[in-house]
Amino acid sequence: MNDVEQAITQAHHEEWARVVAALTRRFGDLDIAEEAAAEAITTAVERWRTDGVPPNPGAWLTTTANRKAIDRIRRERKRDDKHKEAQMGYEADQHDPPEPLGAIDDDRLRLIFTCCHPALATQSRVALTLRMVGGLTVPEIARAFLVRETALEQRITRAKAKIKAARIPYRVPSKEDLPARVSAVLTVLFLVFNEGYLATGPGTDPVRHDLTAEAIRLTRLIRTLLPDDGEVAGLLALMLLTEARRTARVSAGGELVTLDEQDRGAWDTGLIAEGHRLVRERLAAAAAGVAPGRYQILAAINAVHTSARDARDTDWSQIVALYDQLVRVDRSPIVALNRAIAVAELDGPEVALAAIDRLADTLADYHAYHAARADLLRRLRRSQEARAAYDKAIELAGNTAETAALTRRRDQLGSSKP
Amino acid sequence: MQYLVSVIDDKDNPGSTDRMDAISAFNERLVAEGYWVFAGGLADTDAATVIDNRGEEAVFSDGPFVESKEYLAGFWVWEAPDLDVALKLAAEASSVCDRKIEVRPFR
Repeated sequence: MNDVEQAITQAHHEEWARVVAALTRRFGDLDIAEEAAAEAITTAVERWRTDGVPPNPGAWLTTTANRKAIDRIRRERKRDDKHKEAQMGYEADQHDPPEPLGAIDDDRLRLIFTCCHPALATQSRVALTLRMVGGLTVPEIARAFLVRETALEQRITRAKAKIKAARIPYRVPSKEDLPARVSAVLTVLFLVFNEGYLATGPGTDPVRHDLTAEAIRLTRLIRTLLPDDGEVAGLLALMLLTEARRTARVSAGGELVTLDEQDRGAWDTGLIAEGHRLVRERLAAAAAGVAPGRYQILAAINAVHTSARDARDTDWSQIVALYDQLVRVDRSPIVALNRAIAVAELDGPEVALAAIDRLADTLADYHAYHAARADLLRRLRRSQEARAAYDKAIELAGNTAETAALTRRRDQLGSSKP
Repeated sequence: MQYLVSVIDDKDNPGSTDRMDAISAFNERLVAEGYWVFAGGLADTDAATVIDNRGEEAVFSDGPFVESKEYLAGFWVWEAPDLDVALKLAAEASSVCDRKIEVRPFR
Protein backbone atom coordinates (compact mmCIF):
# COMPACT_ATOMS: atom_id res chain seq x y z
CA MET A 1 0.00 0.00 0.00
CA ASN A 2 1.50 3.40 -0.92
CA ASP A 3 1.33 6.49 1.27
CA VAL A 4 -1.73 7.97 -0.41
CA GLU A 5 -3.74 4.74 -0.18
CA GLN A 6 -2.70 4.39 3.41
CA ALA A 7 -3.80 7.95 4.16
CA ILE A 8 -7.16 7.27 2.51
CA THR A 9 -7.70 4.04 4.45
CA GLN A 10 -6.73 5.76 7.67
CA ALA A 11 -8.97 8.76 7.04
CA HIS A 12 -11.82 6.42 6.09
CA HIS A 13 -11.39 4.52 9.37
CA GLU A 14 -10.90 7.51 11.61
CA GLU A 15 -13.16 10.09 10.06
CA TRP A 16 -16.10 8.22 8.53
CA ALA A 17 -18.29 8.13 11.65
CA ARG A 18 -17.54 11.75 12.43
CA VAL A 19 -18.45 12.87 8.90
CA VAL A 20 -21.67 10.84 8.74
CA ALA A 21 -22.65 11.97 12.24
CA ALA A 22 -22.05 15.67 11.59
CA LEU A 23 -23.93 15.56 8.29
CA THR A 24 -26.84 13.68 9.81
CA ARG A 25 -27.22 16.37 12.39
CA ARG A 26 -26.91 19.16 9.89
CA PHE A 27 -29.25 17.72 7.25
CA GLY A 28 -31.48 15.56 9.44
CA ASP A 29 -31.21 12.67 7.01
CA LEU A 30 -29.12 9.51 7.27
CA ASP A 31 -29.41 8.82 3.55
CA ILE A 32 -27.93 12.13 2.52
CA ALA A 33 -25.19 11.81 5.14
CA GLU A 34 -24.22 8.30 4.08
CA GLU A 35 -24.18 9.05 0.38
CA ALA A 36 -22.24 12.28 0.77
CA ALA A 37 -19.65 10.61 3.01
CA ALA A 38 -19.20 7.81 0.46
CA GLU A 39 -18.83 10.35 -2.36
CA ALA A 40 -16.26 12.29 -0.37
CA ILE A 41 -14.19 9.13 0.06
CA THR A 42 -14.41 8.40 -3.68
CA THR A 43 -13.34 11.97 -4.45
CA ALA A 44 -10.45 11.65 -2.00
CA VAL A 45 -9.24 8.56 -3.85
CA GLU A 46 -9.15 10.52 -7.11
CA ARG A 47 -7.83 13.84 -5.82
CA TRP A 48 -5.29 12.78 -3.25
CA ARG A 49 -3.56 10.64 -5.86
CA THR A 50 -2.91 13.62 -8.08
CA ASP A 51 -2.83 16.53 -5.62
CA GLY A 52 -1.35 14.74 -2.62
CA VAL A 53 -2.84 14.19 0.82
CA PRO A 54 -4.27 17.40 2.34
CA PRO A 55 -2.77 18.60 5.64
CA ASN A 56 -5.98 17.86 7.54
CA PRO A 57 -7.64 14.85 5.88
CA GLY A 58 -10.57 14.82 8.31
CA ALA A 59 -11.48 18.46 7.68
CA TRP A 60 -11.07 17.90 3.93
CA LEU A 61 -13.51 14.96 4.01
CA THR A 62 -16.05 16.89 6.09
CA THR A 63 -15.94 19.92 3.80
CA THR A 64 -16.17 17.78 0.66
CA ALA A 65 -19.02 15.68 2.07
CA ASN A 66 -20.89 18.82 3.08
CA ARG A 67 -20.57 20.16 -0.44
CA LYS A 68 -21.75 16.84 -1.91
CA ALA A 69 -24.77 16.84 0.38
CA ILE A 70 -25.72 20.37 -0.61
CA ASP A 71 -25.28 19.44 -4.28
CA ARG A 72 -27.63 16.53 -3.85
CA ILE A 73 -30.23 18.60 -2.04
CA ARG A 74 -30.08 21.21 -4.86
CA ARG A 75 -30.49 18.50 -7.49
CA GLU A 76 -33.46 17.09 -5.66
CA ARG A 77 -34.97 20.50 -5.17
CA LYS A 78 -34.89 21.08 -8.91
CA ARG A 79 -36.32 17.65 -9.60
CA ASP A 80 -38.97 17.69 -6.95
CA ASP A 81 -39.75 20.88 -5.11
CA LYS A 82 -42.55 19.30 -3.17
CA HIS A 83 -40.42 16.50 -1.89
CA LYS A 84 -37.82 18.98 -0.85
CA GLU A 85 -40.37 20.98 1.08
CA ALA A 86 -41.35 17.90 3.01
CA GLN A 87 -37.71 17.30 3.79
CA MET A 88 -37.15 20.82 4.99
CA GLY A 89 -40.17 20.35 7.20
CA TYR A 90 -38.52 17.38 8.82
CA GLU A 91 -35.35 19.34 9.31
CA ALA A 92 -37.14 22.31 10.76
CA ASP A 93 -38.88 20.02 13.20
CA GLN A 94 -35.57 18.97 14.65
CA HIS A 95 -35.70 22.29 16.39
CA ASP A 96 -34.68 21.74 19.94
CA PRO A 97 -31.04 20.80 20.22
CA PRO A 98 -30.52 17.85 22.58
CA GLU A 99 -29.52 18.69 26.09
CA PRO A 100 -25.77 18.75 26.28
CA LEU A 101 -24.52 15.91 28.43
CA GLY A 102 -21.01 17.14 29.06
CA ALA A 103 -18.27 14.84 27.91
CA ILE A 104 -20.60 12.47 26.10
CA ASP A 105 -22.15 15.10 23.87
CA ASP A 106 -20.78 13.96 20.55
CA ASP A 107 -22.45 13.55 17.18
CA ARG A 108 -20.97 10.10 16.78
CA LEU A 109 -22.67 9.00 19.95
CA ARG A 110 -26.01 10.22 18.62
CA LEU A 111 -25.37 8.25 15.45
CA ILE A 112 -24.55 5.07 17.38
CA PHE A 113 -27.64 5.31 19.57
CA THR A 114 -29.84 5.90 16.54
CA CYS A 115 -28.38 2.92 14.66
CA CYS A 116 -28.79 0.67 17.72
CA HIS A 117 -32.30 1.85 18.57
CA PRO A 118 -34.44 -0.86 20.19
CA ALA A 119 -37.29 -0.19 17.72
CA LEU A 120 -35.10 -1.64 14.92
CA ALA A 121 -34.64 -5.37 14.36
CA THR A 122 -31.37 -6.67 15.78
CA GLN A 123 -29.98 -7.59 12.36
CA SER A 124 -30.82 -4.14 11.05
CA ARG A 125 -29.03 -2.57 14.00
CA VAL A 126 -25.93 -4.61 13.21
CA ALA A 127 -26.01 -3.77 9.50
CA LEU A 128 -26.75 -0.10 10.08
CA THR A 129 -24.03 0.28 12.71
CA LEU A 130 -21.39 -1.32 10.50
CA ARG A 131 -22.42 0.87 7.57
CA MET A 132 -23.06 4.22 9.26
CA VAL A 133 -20.59 4.11 12.13
CA GLY A 134 -18.05 1.57 10.90
CA GLY A 135 -18.01 2.78 7.31
CA LEU A 136 -18.01 -0.76 5.90
CA THR A 137 -19.47 -1.02 2.42
CA VAL A 138 -22.63 -2.98 1.69
CA PRO A 139 -20.69 -5.77 -0.12
CA GLU A 140 -18.32 -6.03 2.86
CA ILE A 141 -21.15 -6.39 5.36
CA ALA A 142 -23.05 -8.80 3.10
CA ARG A 143 -19.96 -10.98 2.84
CA ALA A 144 -19.43 -10.87 6.58
CA PHE A 145 -22.91 -12.15 7.33
CA LEU A 146 -23.33 -14.39 4.30
CA VAL A 147 -26.39 -12.59 2.99
CA ARG A 148 -27.05 -11.37 -0.51
CA GLU A 149 -26.04 -7.77 -1.18
CA THR A 150 -29.51 -6.87 -2.38
CA ALA A 151 -31.05 -8.29 0.80
CA LEU A 152 -28.62 -6.36 2.96
CA GLU A 153 -29.15 -3.16 1.00
CA GLN A 154 -32.90 -3.56 1.52
CA ARG A 155 -32.43 -4.13 5.23
CA ILE A 156 -30.43 -0.92 5.55
CA THR A 157 -32.86 1.03 3.37
CA ARG A 158 -35.84 -0.18 5.41
CA ALA A 159 -34.15 0.70 8.67
CA LYS A 160 -33.32 4.21 7.45
CA ALA A 161 -36.90 4.64 6.24
CA LYS A 162 -38.24 3.59 9.63
CA ILE A 163 -35.93 5.98 11.46
CA LYS A 164 -37.32 8.78 9.33
CA ALA A 165 -41.00 7.78 9.22
CA ALA A 166 -41.33 6.88 12.91
CA ARG A 167 -39.02 9.70 13.92
CA ILE A 168 -36.45 7.78 15.87
CA PRO A 169 -34.63 10.69 17.48
CA TYR A 170 -31.05 11.63 16.76
CA ARG A 171 -29.80 12.22 20.25
CA VAL A 172 -28.09 10.77 23.25
CA PRO A 173 -30.75 9.14 25.46
CA SER A 174 -31.72 10.72 28.74
CA LYS A 175 -29.72 9.73 31.80
CA GLU A 176 -32.37 7.32 33.09
CA ASP A 177 -32.57 5.51 29.74
CA LEU A 178 -28.83 5.51 29.15
CA PRO A 179 -27.86 2.18 30.80
CA ALA A 180 -30.47 0.20 28.83
CA ARG A 181 -29.57 1.96 25.59
CA VAL A 182 -25.82 1.49 26.09
CA SER A 183 -26.54 -2.16 26.74
CA ALA A 184 -28.35 -2.36 23.36
CA VAL A 185 -25.29 -0.83 21.66
CA LEU A 186 -22.95 -3.29 23.37
CA THR A 187 -25.16 -6.19 22.30
CA VAL A 188 -24.70 -5.13 18.67
CA LEU A 189 -20.93 -4.85 19.04
CA PHE A 190 -20.70 -8.18 20.84
CA LEU A 191 -22.72 -9.82 18.05
CA VAL A 192 -20.30 -8.48 15.46
CA PHE A 193 -17.35 -9.66 17.53
CA ASN A 194 -18.79 -13.12 18.09
CA GLU A 195 -19.57 -13.61 14.44
CA GLY A 196 -15.91 -12.88 13.74
CA TYR A 197 -14.67 -14.99 16.61
CA LEU A 198 -16.69 -18.07 15.74
CA ALA A 199 -17.74 -17.49 12.17
CA THR A 200 -20.54 -19.67 10.85
CA GLY A 201 -20.93 -21.17 7.42
CA PRO A 202 -19.10 -23.78 5.38
CA GLY A 203 -17.38 -21.33 3.05
CA THR A 204 -15.93 -18.89 5.57
CA ASP A 205 -12.70 -18.72 7.48
CA PRO A 206 -13.24 -20.07 11.00
CA VAL A 207 -12.05 -16.81 12.53
CA ARG A 208 -12.92 -13.57 10.76
CA HIS A 209 -10.31 -11.11 11.88
CA ASP A 210 -11.96 -8.30 9.90
CA LEU A 211 -15.07 -8.57 12.07
CA THR A 212 -13.32 -8.95 15.43
CA ALA A 213 -11.07 -6.00 14.56
CA GLU A 214 -14.03 -3.85 13.54
CA ALA A 215 -15.93 -4.72 16.72
CA ILE A 216 -12.88 -3.79 18.80
CA ARG A 217 -12.41 -0.55 16.89
CA LEU A 218 -16.03 0.48 17.45
CA THR A 219 -15.93 -0.54 21.11
CA ARG A 220 -12.79 1.58 21.55
CA LEU A 221 -14.70 4.47 20.02
CA ILE A 222 -17.59 4.01 22.48
CA ARG A 223 -15.05 3.78 25.28
CA THR A 224 -13.62 7.14 24.23
CA LEU A 225 -17.12 8.61 24.18
CA LEU A 226 -18.34 6.97 27.41
CA PRO A 227 -15.16 6.59 29.47
CA ASP A 228 -16.99 6.13 32.77
CA ASP A 229 -19.25 3.28 31.70
CA GLY A 230 -18.11 0.07 33.39
CA GLU A 231 -19.80 -2.27 30.94
CA VAL A 232 -18.17 -0.54 27.96
CA ALA A 233 -14.78 -1.07 29.62
CA GLY A 234 -15.80 -4.64 30.44
CA LEU A 235 -16.78 -5.46 26.87
CA LEU A 236 -13.60 -3.93 25.48
CA ALA A 237 -11.51 -5.96 27.93
CA LEU A 238 -13.43 -9.11 27.08
CA MET A 239 -12.84 -8.56 23.36
CA LEU A 240 -9.14 -7.78 23.81
CA LEU A 241 -8.50 -10.81 26.01
CA THR A 242 -10.33 -13.02 23.51
CA GLU A 243 -8.65 -11.48 20.48
CA ALA A 244 -5.26 -11.97 22.17
CA ARG A 245 -5.71 -15.73 21.77
CA ARG A 246 -6.83 -15.59 18.15
CA THR A 247 -3.75 -16.99 16.45
CA ALA A 248 -3.50 -19.85 18.94
CA ARG A 249 -7.13 -20.76 18.52
CA VAL A 250 -6.94 -22.51 15.16
CA SER A 251 -4.29 -25.16 14.46
CA ALA A 252 -2.26 -25.36 11.25
CA GLY A 253 -4.60 -28.17 10.24
CA GLY A 254 -7.63 -25.89 10.57
CA GLU A 255 -8.97 -27.24 13.85
CA LEU A 256 -10.27 -25.18 16.73
CA VAL A 257 -7.84 -25.55 19.65
CA THR A 258 -9.40 -25.52 23.10
CA LEU A 259 -8.05 -23.18 25.77
CA ASP A 260 -6.20 -25.94 27.66
CA GLU A 261 -4.34 -27.04 24.50
CA GLN A 262 -3.42 -23.64 23.10
CA ASP A 263 0.18 -22.55 22.71
CA ARG A 264 0.14 -19.77 25.28
CA GLY A 265 3.40 -18.40 23.94
CA ALA A 266 1.50 -17.39 20.80
CA TRP A 267 -0.91 -15.18 22.73
CA ASP A 268 -0.65 -11.45 22.10
CA THR A 269 0.92 -10.06 25.27
CA GLY A 270 0.15 -6.45 24.33
CA LEU A 271 -3.58 -7.09 24.06
CA ILE A 272 -3.52 -9.14 27.27
CA ALA A 273 -1.78 -6.34 29.16
CA GLU A 274 -4.34 -3.82 27.91
CA GLY A 275 -7.23 -6.14 28.81
CA HIS A 276 -5.79 -6.77 32.28
CA ARG A 277 -5.45 -3.02 32.86
CA LEU A 278 -9.12 -2.51 32.07
CA VAL A 279 -10.15 -5.41 34.31
CA ARG A 280 -8.09 -3.98 37.17
CA GLU A 281 -9.76 -0.62 36.66
CA ARG A 282 -13.17 -2.29 36.97
CA LEU A 283 -12.09 -4.36 39.98
CA ALA A 284 -11.17 -1.12 41.71
CA ALA A 285 -14.62 0.27 40.90
CA ALA A 286 -16.24 -2.93 42.18
CA ALA A 287 -14.23 -2.63 45.38
CA ALA A 288 -15.62 0.89 45.71
CA GLY A 289 -19.13 -0.54 45.58
CA VAL A 290 -20.10 -0.40 41.88
CA ALA A 291 -21.73 -3.74 41.04
CA PRO A 292 -20.18 -5.17 37.86
CA GLY A 293 -22.37 -6.15 34.91
CA ARG A 294 -22.04 -9.26 32.77
CA TYR A 295 -19.32 -8.00 30.43
CA GLN A 296 -17.11 -6.99 33.33
CA ILE A 297 -17.52 -10.39 34.95
CA LEU A 298 -16.84 -12.18 31.65
CA ALA A 299 -13.74 -10.02 31.20
CA ALA A 300 -12.59 -10.94 34.71
CA ILE A 301 -13.02 -14.65 33.90
CA ASN A 302 -10.89 -14.17 30.79
CA ALA A 303 -8.34 -12.25 32.82
CA VAL A 304 -7.96 -15.27 35.12
CA HIS A 305 -7.44 -17.55 32.11
CA THR A 306 -4.91 -15.26 30.48
CA SER A 307 -3.00 -14.87 33.76
CA ALA A 308 -2.07 -18.57 33.79
CA ARG A 309 1.18 -19.27 31.96
CA ASP A 310 0.23 -22.91 31.81
CA ALA A 311 -3.32 -24.28 31.60
CA ARG A 312 -2.58 -26.31 34.74
CA ASP A 313 -1.95 -23.10 36.70
CA THR A 314 -5.48 -21.83 36.05
CA ASP A 315 -7.19 -20.62 39.22
CA TRP A 316 -10.43 -22.56 38.76
CA SER A 317 -11.89 -21.69 42.13
CA GLN A 318 -11.63 -18.02 41.14
CA ILE A 319 -13.29 -18.78 37.82
CA VAL A 320 -16.15 -20.71 39.41
CA ALA A 321 -16.63 -17.89 41.92
CA LEU A 322 -16.87 -15.41 39.04
CA TYR A 323 -19.38 -17.65 37.28
CA ASP A 324 -21.43 -17.74 40.49
CA GLN A 325 -21.47 -13.96 40.34
CA LEU A 326 -22.36 -14.03 36.65
CA VAL A 327 -25.27 -16.42 37.21
CA ARG A 328 -26.77 -13.82 39.53
CA VAL A 329 -26.85 -11.09 36.84
CA ASP A 330 -27.44 -13.32 33.81
CA ARG A 331 -29.78 -16.27 34.24
CA SER A 332 -29.25 -17.56 30.72
CA PRO A 333 -28.76 -21.35 30.43
CA ILE A 334 -25.60 -20.70 28.40
CA VAL A 335 -24.02 -19.08 31.44
CA ALA A 336 -25.08 -22.10 33.51
CA LEU A 337 -23.46 -24.34 30.89
CA ASN A 338 -20.16 -22.45 31.02
CA ARG A 339 -20.23 -22.49 34.79
CA ALA A 340 -20.65 -26.27 34.73
CA ILE A 341 -17.65 -26.58 32.39
CA ALA A 342 -15.56 -24.67 34.94
CA VAL A 343 -16.98 -26.77 37.78
CA ALA A 344 -15.65 -29.88 36.02
CA GLU A 345 -12.10 -28.60 36.61
CA LEU A 346 -12.76 -27.96 40.28
CA ASP A 347 -15.12 -30.75 41.38
CA GLY A 348 -14.67 -33.29 38.62
CA PRO A 349 -16.61 -34.28 35.49
CA GLU A 350 -19.33 -36.17 37.32
CA VAL A 351 -20.59 -33.14 39.25
CA ALA A 352 -20.40 -31.05 36.08
CA LEU A 353 -22.29 -33.60 34.02
CA ALA A 354 -25.14 -33.64 36.54
CA ALA A 355 -25.35 -29.83 36.27
CA ILE A 356 -25.25 -29.91 32.47
CA ASP A 357 -27.91 -32.60 32.20
CA ARG A 358 -30.30 -30.30 34.00
CA LEU A 359 -30.04 -27.92 30.99
CA ALA A 360 -31.16 -30.57 28.47
CA ASP A 361 -34.58 -29.00 27.90
CA THR A 362 -33.40 -25.52 27.05
CA LEU A 363 -30.11 -26.25 25.25
CA ALA A 364 -30.97 -29.36 23.21
CA ASP A 365 -30.35 -27.46 19.94
CA TYR A 366 -27.13 -25.76 21.03
CA HIS A 367 -23.97 -27.42 19.74
CA ALA A 368 -21.84 -26.31 22.69
CA TYR A 369 -24.14 -28.12 25.10
CA HIS A 370 -23.56 -31.42 23.30
CA ALA A 371 -19.84 -30.72 22.88
CA ALA A 372 -19.47 -30.09 26.63
CA ARG A 373 -21.43 -33.24 27.47
CA ALA A 374 -19.35 -35.25 25.01
CA ASP A 375 -16.15 -34.04 26.61
CA LEU A 376 -17.31 -34.90 30.14
CA LEU A 377 -18.59 -38.33 29.06
CA ARG A 378 -15.24 -38.96 27.37
CA ARG A 379 -13.41 -38.10 30.57
CA LEU A 380 -15.73 -40.44 32.48
CA ARG A 381 -14.87 -43.13 29.90
CA ARG A 382 -18.49 -43.49 28.86
CA SER A 383 -17.41 -43.76 25.23
CA GLN A 384 -20.65 -44.82 23.64
CA GLU A 385 -22.61 -41.93 25.12
CA ALA A 386 -19.72 -39.60 24.34
CA ARG A 387 -19.82 -40.68 20.70
CA ALA A 388 -23.55 -39.95 20.46
CA ALA A 389 -23.02 -36.52 22.04
CA TYR A 390 -20.14 -35.72 19.63
CA ASP A 391 -22.36 -36.77 16.73
CA LYS A 392 -25.05 -34.38 17.86
CA ALA A 393 -22.54 -31.54 18.44
CA ILE A 394 -21.01 -32.03 14.97
CA GLU A 395 -24.45 -32.03 13.41
CA LEU A 396 -25.30 -28.67 15.04
CA ALA A 397 -21.93 -26.87 14.88
CA GLY A 398 -21.69 -24.19 12.19
CA ASN A 399 -18.00 -23.38 12.45
CA THR A 400 -15.68 -25.39 10.20
CA ALA A 401 -12.73 -25.45 12.64
CA GLU A 402 -14.96 -26.49 15.50
CA THR A 403 -16.49 -29.30 13.45
CA ALA A 404 -13.00 -30.53 12.60
CA ALA A 405 -11.90 -30.57 16.24
CA LEU A 406 -15.08 -32.34 17.38
CA THR A 407 -14.74 -34.94 14.64
CA ARG A 408 -11.16 -35.73 15.65
CA ARG A 409 -12.14 -36.09 19.29
CA ARG A 410 -14.98 -38.39 18.38
CA ASP A 411 -12.77 -40.53 16.17
CA GLN A 412 -10.18 -40.82 18.92
CA LEU A 413 -12.69 -42.34 21.34
CA GLY A 414 -11.76 -45.82 22.43
CA SER A 415 -14.19 -48.61 21.77
CA SER A 416 -14.48 -49.43 25.48
CA LYS A 417 -18.02 -50.08 26.56
CA PRO A 418 -19.49 -48.03 29.38
CA MET B 1 -45.68 13.93 15.10
CA GLN B 2 -48.77 11.77 15.50
CA TYR B 3 -48.77 8.09 16.28
CA LEU B 4 -51.54 5.52 16.06
CA VAL B 5 -51.31 3.44 19.21
CA SER B 6 -53.17 0.15 18.83
CA VAL B 7 -54.22 -2.03 21.73
CA ILE B 8 -53.93 -5.64 20.68
CA ASP B 9 -55.87 -8.34 22.44
CA ASP B 10 -55.63 -12.09 22.08
CA LYS B 11 -58.79 -14.20 21.77
CA ASP B 12 -57.14 -17.28 23.28
CA ASN B 13 -55.39 -15.40 26.03
CA PRO B 14 -57.26 -12.15 26.67
CA GLY B 15 -55.93 -9.42 28.97
CA SER B 16 -57.67 -8.80 32.27
CA THR B 17 -61.03 -6.98 32.25
CA ASP B 18 -60.59 -4.89 35.39
CA ARG B 19 -58.37 -2.17 33.88
CA MET B 20 -60.90 0.57 33.25
CA ASP B 21 -60.00 2.70 36.28
CA ALA B 22 -56.31 2.48 35.57
CA ILE B 23 -56.90 3.33 31.90
CA SER B 24 -59.02 6.35 32.84
CA ALA B 25 -56.28 7.64 35.12
CA PHE B 26 -53.69 7.11 32.38
CA ASN B 27 -55.94 8.93 29.88
CA GLU B 28 -56.26 11.90 32.20
CA ARG B 29 -52.50 12.09 32.36
CA LEU B 30 -52.21 11.90 28.55
CA VAL B 31 -54.59 14.85 28.31
CA ALA B 32 -52.85 16.83 31.06
CA GLU B 33 -49.41 16.32 29.50
CA GLY B 34 -50.58 17.19 25.99
CA TYR B 35 -50.16 13.82 24.26
CA TRP B 36 -53.85 12.99 23.84
CA VAL B 37 -55.43 13.52 20.42
CA PHE B 38 -58.14 10.88 20.28
CA ALA B 39 -58.98 7.42 21.57
CA GLY B 40 -61.61 4.75 21.35
CA GLY B 41 -62.42 1.25 22.50
CA LEU B 42 -63.85 -1.07 19.86
CA ALA B 43 -66.69 -3.58 19.97
CA ASP B 44 -65.95 -7.24 19.35
CA THR B 45 -64.65 -8.14 15.86
CA ASP B 46 -67.88 -10.16 15.36
CA ALA B 47 -69.63 -6.80 15.02
CA ALA B 48 -67.49 -5.80 12.02
CA THR B 49 -68.72 -5.64 8.42
CA VAL B 50 -66.46 -5.46 5.37
CA ILE B 51 -67.62 -3.52 2.30
CA ASP B 52 -66.08 -3.98 -1.15
CA ASN B 53 -67.34 -1.57 -3.77
CA ARG B 54 -64.42 -1.85 -6.17
CA GLY B 55 -66.51 -3.84 -8.63
CA GLU B 56 -69.91 -3.26 -10.17
CA GLU B 57 -71.83 -3.27 -6.94
CA ALA B 58 -71.07 -3.07 -3.27
CA VAL B 59 -70.56 -6.40 -1.53
CA PHE B 60 -71.14 -6.58 2.21
CA SER B 61 -69.66 -9.37 4.23
CA ASP B 62 -69.99 -10.22 7.86
CA GLY B 63 -66.95 -10.20 10.14
CA PRO B 64 -63.50 -8.58 10.20
CA PHE B 65 -61.37 -8.27 7.05
CA VAL B 66 -58.91 -10.72 8.49
CA GLU B 67 -59.69 -13.52 10.92
CA SER B 68 -56.97 -13.81 13.47
CA LYS B 69 -56.34 -14.76 17.05
CA GLU B 70 -54.95 -11.30 17.74
CA TYR B 71 -57.11 -8.31 16.97
CA LEU B 72 -57.41 -4.58 17.45
CA ALA B 73 -59.33 -3.95 20.68
CA GLY B 74 -58.94 -0.17 20.82
CA PHE B 75 -56.60 2.65 19.92
CA TRP B 76 -55.23 6.05 20.74
CA VAL B 77 -53.85 8.80 18.58
CA TRP B 78 -51.01 10.55 20.37
CA GLU B 79 -49.06 13.67 19.59
CA ALA B 80 -45.44 13.11 20.63
CA PRO B 81 -42.17 14.81 19.67
CA ASP B 82 -40.44 11.56 18.69
CA LEU B 83 -40.56 7.78 18.89
CA ASP B 84 -38.69 7.60 22.20
CA VAL B 85 -41.44 9.58 23.90
CA ALA B 86 -44.14 7.48 22.21
CA LEU B 87 -42.43 4.21 23.15
CA LYS B 88 -42.08 5.21 26.77
CA LEU B 89 -45.80 6.05 26.96
CA ALA B 90 -46.64 2.86 25.07
CA ALA B 91 -44.71 0.78 27.59
CA GLU B 92 -46.86 2.31 30.32
CA ALA B 93 -50.00 1.81 28.22
CA SER B 94 -49.23 -1.88 27.77
CA SER B 95 -48.86 -2.35 31.48
CA VAL B 96 -51.96 -0.28 32.26
CA CYS B 97 -54.14 -2.13 29.69
CA ASP B 98 -52.53 -5.53 30.32
CA ARG B 99 -52.33 -5.94 26.56
CA LYS B 100 -49.80 -5.64 23.75
CA ILE B 101 -49.44 -2.25 22.10
CA GLU B 102 -48.38 -1.31 18.57
CA VAL B 103 -47.04 2.16 17.82
CA ARG B 104 -47.20 3.30 14.21
CA PRO B 105 -46.45 6.77 12.92
CA PHE B 106 -48.86 8.72 10.74
CA ARG B 107 -47.39 9.73 7.44
